[in-house]
Amino acid sequence: MLTAMNVVAMHIANGIVDARTSAAFAVVSLVALGFCVLRGRADLDDRLAPMAGLVAAFIFAVQMLNFQVLPGVSGHLLGGALAATLVGPWVGALCVATVLIVQCLLFADGGLTALGLNVFNMAVLGTAAGYLVVAGLLRLLPRTPGGVAATAFVASVAGVVVASQGFVIEYAMGGTTQLSLGTIAATMAGVHTLIGIGEGLIAATTVATVARVRPDLVYALRRFRTQPAAATPEAVTA
Amino acid sequence: MSRRLGWFLAGGLLLAVLLAGVVSGFASGSPDGLDATARHGCTTDAQGRITGGTCMARHEQDHQLAGSPLADYGIRGIGNGRLSTGLAGVLGVVVVFALSGGTFWLVRRRKPVS
Repeated sequence: MLTAMNVVAMHIANGIVDARTSAAFAVVSLVALGFCVLRGRADLDDRLAPMAGLVAAFIFAVQMLNFQVLPGVSGHLLGGALAATLVGPWVGALCVATVLIVQCLLFADGGLTALGLNVFNMAVLGTAAGYLVVAGLLRLLPRTPGGVAATAFVASVAGVVVASQGFVIEYAMGGTTQLSLGTIAATMAGVHTLIGIGEGLIAATTVATVARVRPDLVYALRRFRTQPAAATPEAVTA
Repeated sequence: MSRRLGWFLAGGLLLAVLLAGVVSGFASGSPDGLDATARHGCTTDAQGRITGGTCMARHEQDHQLAGSPLADYGIRGIGNGRLSTGLAGVLGVVVVFALSGGTFWLVRRRKPVS
């Protein structure tokens, strides 16, 4: 079946970026994830830990849903901005990284050699860029389901485009072919803006739903509230 | 964990299982943004393998685990594409939830006694 054969996620395969650059990014990603573990522990309580497991499982599921963005070109959610909004940047990056590791080891998606590159782009860069937008926008927008949905939308577009440029940097450092970087950067940014809009719609719907049903489970709403919490003191000292 | 949170998680997981198990069979089969960009300039055969030209993926290699029974989101031996993808998707959801949820639960910050 065509659909089954072509279910591929947006991950770098082996042999597109050379082994040395891949190894370097594997080290960078490992250090970044280690830092996320250290910082994320402060966020991980009885409520956030199972929620983060659900966020990772949900991102895995939605990454399988490629949607058409241009004739012959599809895209799927990467999930960094969504994860950062729901469970915070540190745990969010770990959620996306877990998805990428399971995809690589269990489903042979995204090269094993390229795992560090993929983790860096989607888990580290995508989540970081998405969260920066969340942190900025939620100071301006109302802390309502609509406000947090709009935030998640913009953060998703930014996260996906930044992640796509991470690939351009990696290709510039160790691409196994010599092609025009400007063209690649522009093509990647263009197509990933479209993918980001698709991701943004999914992330906005998801975040708005959670914010309506259980606003206390949305990290961004807890973190950026104007009034200090009455019951639970803020543990994060960022 | 409160019972209310338990119901929320169960609902969320059910949705993830439905998305990965059923909706995945209707996903677009076109190459994704990165793949399409990486193959731009090359010619490919019916299987999507590169046959010539100049593109970023010209020297692409197979995944080290390309022969694994779950490779490319399918279960080897199941002929029906949607069923194979769907079951692999459900398995993936369960594995990701168990692995991440379990790890996060183990390293979580215990509530201070008050």
